[in-house]
Amino acid sequence: MRAWQGRDVISILDFTRDELEQLFAAAEEMEEKLSRGKPPRLLEGRIVALAFFEPSTRTRLSFEAAVKRLGGETIGFSGEEATSLAKGENLADTIRMLDSYADLIVMRHRYEGAALYAAEIAEHPLINAGDGRQHHPTQAMLDLYTVRKLFGTVDGLVYGVLGDLRYGRAASSFILSLTLYRPSKVYLISPRLLRVRPEVRMVLEESGVRFVETESLEEVLPELDVLYVTRIQRERFPDPQEYEKVRGSYRVTLDLLERLAKPDLKVLHPLPRVDEIDYRVDGSRYAAYFLQARLGVPVRMALVSLVLGVWP
Amino acid sequence: MSGRQLLVERIRDGTVIDHIPAGRALIVLRILGITGREGLRVAVVMNVESRKLGRKDIVKIENRHLSPEEVNKIALVAPTATINIVRGYEVVEKRKVELPETLENVLRCTNPTCITRKPREPVKPRFRLVSRRPVRLQCIYCGSIIDERDVLEQLVSGSG
Ligand SMILES: [Zn+2]
Repeated sequence: MRAWQGRDVISILDFTRDELEQLFAAAEEMEEKLSRGKPPRLLEGRIVALAFFEPSTRTRLSFEAAVKRLGGETIGFSGEEATSLAKGENLADTIRMLDSYADLIVMRHRYEGAALYAAEIAEHPLINAGDGRQHHPTQAMLDLYTVRKLFGTVDGLVYGVLGDLRYGRAASSFILSLTLYRPSKVYLISPRLLRVRPEVRMVLEESGVRFVETESLEEVLPELDVLYVTRIQRERFPDPQEYEKVRGSYRVTLDLLERLAKPDLKVLHPLPRVDEIDYRVDGSRYAAYFLQARLGVPVRMALVSLVLGVWP
Repeated sequence: MSGRQLLVERIRDGTVIDHIPAGRALIVLRILGITGREGLRVAVVMNVESRKLGRKDIVKIENRHLSPEEVNKIALVAPTATINIVRGYEVVEKRKVELPETLENVLRCTNPTCITRKPREPVKPRFRLVSRRPVRLQCIYCGSIIDERDVLEQLVSGSG
């Protein structure tokens, strides 16, 4: 097992299952300390740079909360500020600047590979909070942690990943993360146009995980233990009518779940959602996406502490 | 007429690239930037019989030696090629081309939103070899996979 301290977090595939178990053990302790209202001030005197070149609210706030709960400080920018910054200088120079101010950089960027490139430049560790359509490793970490919490294990379950599997980085990262475990089966549910990219399929094939690509949610829903829902964006479809059809057939409603799903099925979603999950599902036994969002903070507290070498 | 009779006279000093897959000799010349206007003596033999390949192409270039980068590019389009270095009419060295596990600065990533395509960033495109035959390479930055068709397109148009 590699040491956590000083490590960059670029892709979920940079980690082994044992390493993730270490992370989850730390997250459990963080969760427990949070619930007692006494998170340890492990990051006192530390500065974390939050560099969101692409606007984000949820992931940025989740990191910010994680750092502040541990007594650390954050600097950074998001959205518009990043755009004006980008006009003046290249990414490499911005990263050098942040690297000189902070102990850790958390970064989101719309170019694939931006995080790896920035990590090559920065001396301090760097956490990828999303690079284009490619990776979103901390989302995958909290997704696995949520499944593990709900079912006691990630292994042996039947998963359905629904939506935009081609351009959606959360879906791709979750699918990749499952190859580190032994799921019973993974259904990749999407319109043909939005199936997983060749490099993701290559990892699936090499891993030996049983996976099936399908266009129909209804056909596979009765088998699922976990349904991971992601948004399908209108812009992906050249034909607006085709988009409407897809949107309709992939909408997760309470009626659909009650009719076809196992009673213990759990629905996950990286959020924010638009209307791909009906609001009536929110209060039902199936909804796990609010829990999932909440668990983002302890998982990120654990991750930042491990990478900065202040835990255990 | 046999392949042997077609072979033009031996060169004194230079490089003989043998066992090029039939039909790819001109691509090899393109990769090396040889147009004929350099004044080098060049012989191109195409579609001759080969025990190993059935048919093959051969390129002979006088007074020209190849850089390691050029050898890598040739390996991409002609993985079967052998390179003979000739001095004083004798073959002094014979090597097979071999694709390295990582390839830097030879090809451009085909993904327009890959960080290696972003203007003003000092980043060299780097690929990891996924498969030798057929050639498949993966961009280490964005993960995109490029295949033989992409490779040929780039190397032949000279934008690699
Ligand atoms: Zn790339």
